Amino acid sequence: MNIGKGRTENIVVIDYGSGNLASAARGLELAASRLALDVTIIITDNPETIATADRIVLPGQGAFADCARGLAAKPGLAAAMHRRIDAGAPFLGICVGMQLMAQRGLEHEITQGFGWIEGDIAPIAAQGLRLPHMGWNELSFTPGAHPLLDGLVPGDHAYFVHSYALETTDRTPIIATTDYGQHIVAMVASGNRAGTQFHVEKSQEVGLTILANFLRWTPQ
Amino acid sequence: MLKLRVIPCLDVKDGRVVKGVNFVSLRDAGDPVEQAAVYDAAGADELTFLDITASHENRDTIIDVVSRTAARVFLPLTVGGGIRTTEDIRRLLLAGADKCSINSAAIARPNFINEAARKFGSQCIVVAVDARATSNGTWEIFTHGGRNPTGIDAIAWCAEMQARGAGEILLTSMDRDGTGTGFDLALLRKVAKAITIPIVASGGVGTLDHFTEGAQAGATGLLAASVFHFGQFTIADVKSSLTAAGLPVRPIPAPR
Repeated sequence: MNIGKGRTENIVVIDYGSGNLASAARGLELAASRLALDVTIIITDNPETIATADRIVLPGQGAFADCARGLAAKPGLAAAMHRRIDAGAPFLGICVGMQLMAQRGLEHEITQGFGWIEGDIAPIAAQGLRLPHMGWNELSFTPGAHPLLDGLVPGDHAYFVHSYALETTDRTPIIATTDYGQHIVAMVASGNRAGTQFHVEKSQEVGLTILANFLRWTPQ
Repeated sequence: MLKLRVIPCLDVKDGRVVKGVNFVSLRDAGDPVEQAAVYDAAGADELTFLDITASHENRDTIIDVVSRTAARVFLPLTVGGGIRTTEDIRRLLLAGADKCSINSAAIARPNFINEAARKFGSQCIVVAVDARATSNGTWEIFTHGGRNPTGIDAIAWCAEMQARGAGEILLTSMDRDGTGTGFDLALLRKVAKAITIPIVASGGVGTLDHFTEGAQAGATGLLAASVFHFGQFTIADVKSSLTAAGLPVRPIPAPR
């Protein structure tokens, strides 16, 4: 791929009927302008436009099954997205967009995910705690563990809203966690595919830092 | 550890911020987007806009306010007031709102909450409950800024809203709103026991201790308006006070 070498990068935010696309796009725009990056942020469901994506962002709100259905509903959308990502385009999933990276979602019904990350999206077992897990919570991670975490400090806060979380036996892709009655997977990364359970687009400077890191990220 | 949320509420009418004492004698306190940016920098954990625009023609002013706010402020934004249809919710979410707070429409047609939660997910459906104490030790739901009784028991209503798919309850004591005498803690405790979704307490804050009392009574979000707008306390004052009481808060982010 020809990333960032003297031409405008296309950053595609996938539109599949889920909310918060505008906020994610605005966050990316601000992050790009701070870095003086030459990018175009495009919100689209058009497979032909997705085929030109240099980087792909998949937001997501609501139930896993609904989001999976939304992605499948537009002919050619999912296929175009997967083709670009398989070709190496960096991917960032946000909230349910991150959850879709898992093998299965167990919310309401069993739904297949992308299968990039081993495990299921299962109900949070927060004994005696209120659900959804809603609000600001601390990120735990090893500094230097991943380029997406550059500029962050363990204990920085991010904004979470979810009742389901990744349950997995494979710890390898987990790059950050938080605590809510149990360890909760906050960020995953595997190759050129990454995701945040929290809302980067609603996490003030912490979120904008991660978005800026994503725009600069060259997965090895 | 999950932190308590300190939430300034801006009453918005025809695109401008107002706040009244007991919902009368409104005073203009400026541009909502400017105010939102101030609270964002000051360390607010979420923002709430309550749209009190009366005339139908001006209903779209809130969409513009939300859109301009979301372009500037990367903080969760709840919008309430006059939401009647799933189309209203969709437009607000697309403009950049994260949660929609539904009040009278839930009372008029409780199934609206099921539909909205199914369509957009519980995480963005807040039910706003305006309650008044009755003479027999219960609480009743009121509508229209606390004027119209409904005969509905507030505690049972909160439980029903949770069962129908609400992701959060915004609980306002209409007896306390604008009085500065503190949250209705008895009401808050009852609701906290009856439901397992997050509760934002509203109505009555006048001292820093009132925030602590609200959190100790079971609220995970603490909403206030006038005490912030007229500079009685800063968000930092509230967080310092909560910290001193041993309660978890997110530190005020360092200025960029």
